[in-house]
Amino acid sequence: MASAHSRMNCGEFRTTYQQDTTIFPTPLARRTAIFSVIFLLVAPYFLNPYYLNLGIQIGYYGIAALGLNMVVGFTGQISLGHAAFFGFGAFASAWLNNTTGLPVFFCIPLAGAMTMALGLIVGIPAGRIKGLYLAIATLASQYILEDFFSRAEWFTGGSYGAMANPFSIFGFEFDNDQRYFYVVLFYVVVMFLLGTNLMRSRDGRAFVAVRDHYLSAEIMGINLTKYRILSFGISSLYAGIGGALFAHYLGFVSAEGFTIGLSIQFLGMIIIGGLGSVMGTLLGTAFMVLLPEVMEAGVGLIGGGSSSLIQALAYIREMAIGLAIILFLIFEPDGLAHRWRMIKAYWKLYPFSY
Amino acid sequence: MAEPAAKIAEKPVEKEILLSINNIEVVYDEVILVLRGISLDVPKGELITLLGPNGAGKSTTLKAISGLLKTEDGKVTRGSITYKGESIANSDPDLIVRKGIFQVMEGRRIIEDMTVIENLRLGAFTRKDRGVKDDIEKVFHYFPRLKERTGLSGYLSGGEQQMLAIGRAIMAKPEMILLDEPSMGLSPLLVKEVFEIIRSINKEQGITMLLVEQNANMALHSADYGYVMESGKVVLDGTGQELLDNEDMKEFYLAGGDKERKSFKNLKSYKRRKRWM
Repeated sequence: MASAHSRMNCGEFRTTYQQDTTIFPTPLARRTAIFSVIFLLVAPYFLNPYYLNLGIQIGYYGIAALGLNMVVGFTGQISLGHAAFFGFGAFASAWLNNTTGLPVFFCIPLAGAMTMALGLIVGIPAGRIKGLYLAIATLASQYILEDFFSRAEWFTGGSYGAMANPFSIFGFEFDNDQRYFYVVLFYVVVMFLLGTNLMRSRDGRAFVAVRDHYLSAEIMGINLTKYRILSFGISSLYAGIGGALFAHYLGFVSAEGFTIGLSIQFLGMIIIGGLGSVMGTLLGTAFMVLLPEVMEAGVGLIGGGSSSLIQALAYIREMAIGLAIILFLIFEPDGLAHRWRMIKAYWKLYPFSY
Repeated sequence: MAEPAAKIAEKPVEKEILLSINNIEVVYDEVILVLRGISLDVPKGELITLLGPNGAGKSTTLKAISGLLKTEDGKVTRGSITYKGESIANSDPDLIVRKGIFQVMEGRRIIEDMTVIENLRLGAFTRKDRGVKDDIEKVFHYFPRLKERTGLSGYLSGGEQQMLAIGRAIMAKPEMILLDEPSMGLSPLLVKEVFEIIRSINKEQGITMLLVEQNANMALHSADYGYVMESGKVVLDGTGQELLDNEDMKEFYLAGGDKERKSFKNLKSYKRRKRWM
């Protein structure tokens, strides 16, 4: 007989409601989360700047993608204008810092709040329409904001773009990758914990109800319009904070960066990661950020020294993202989060299938 | 058909009327007239049933009360719906839930991506008090089999989903529940069980119920009072027993009684039906 310690879990058994609603469903999940945060805390000391840069990208895009997932994955709406909100957050933070002299430390959350206000305004018409009409309405907001970025010189610096100062606390500047990594890490942890928490609250259940059965939601006393608008607001808050982090990382914001292409990339992140999954969002973002890098490394490897071959293969890199989205839509519509759950279930039940 | 209002007036007045519908007309899409003057009274604490063939307007009546008509482009164009002395016709559904009327929709409509408990918590959406946990236990008291189901509610059987839908209504602590065909798709044994539970919730929790049913026999046996609708009108009303004893009811809804079963193709029956309407 094996001792009790060597036995493996053969399932998750939750016997109280508290167990069912904790942020981390199992002790293992909690430990994994804590260990990965500890790992990330020491990571800047042994990772080279290239990897740190990728980590930072995953961080700010991940925060924005989580916002989009709240609209698309949890509330069942669609938004094609997420990049514009991301951009608005970036400009807002830079503008606040440049015009009022408020420290960047405060500008980032304030920019998030400004973007949220904008999202609520855009959400007012969007809360009343559905499906294709909503897609077009959000597309319109994407183009209107893009136009605004290139024209509103007082706010964005017009075609010249805006400078954004580095993040600093009490005169200590987070001006290199190693330092800025911590800023992003802090925001990722806070925003993802907030997101997970929101989704297991009363409002989170309301969002899911609006997505799954809007009639059912209505008869339970959920005001559909209010919650649709609210989901746009929260999603914009996330986009704004992600954008602000992006701005103060690059030090320069230009209007060209926030096109419909980026909006589609955000959608790709949450489709690949898993619609309606908080952790999946981070996985999907990592996938989307790392895929071109991996492809590039692969192309370099196959191409060897020949530069013409590398150039020919460069197209593969461009196509890879589109291909990845299509493949995920066909083979894993629930995204990486679902695949991850399957793997966990497999190990839990091994050697049996069910 | 003689005005139902006259009949209502005959009823003893000491009953407290919780919900009163007075001669309402409902139009969908501004062109389709579905209800042509429905009047009914729901006394507090009673179980009232609404019967009738498909397309009679039973569900529409419920939707008119719960405000769901709005989402389906329908509108109460005439008459009044009064709940506790307050007019609620054409209100928003979420306001009506807050006033204490909760609808259990046809076809259950639970949130399949949520667990049983999450669904129940969602039912308590409008509540701000701290008794939600106790009420979850209360629901499990009525539906013990729900307690054993820990996974997503999409994997529940049809009967269990129906139980969950009713449990969700209890969670809202409403004064009145509108039940739309709770027997739909359930096995006869389960229908019996569900009806018994509905009756005991009605009696023990003091929740007034308005029940729409196709299973007339079952509904009339548990109801205090019943209304029969046909093409947008109330054609008959009476206590559960009165309706069970009614010859026309036996013929059209209860399939037989002491006489042999008749078909709708039968001309005589058809004529009788005409007279009835």
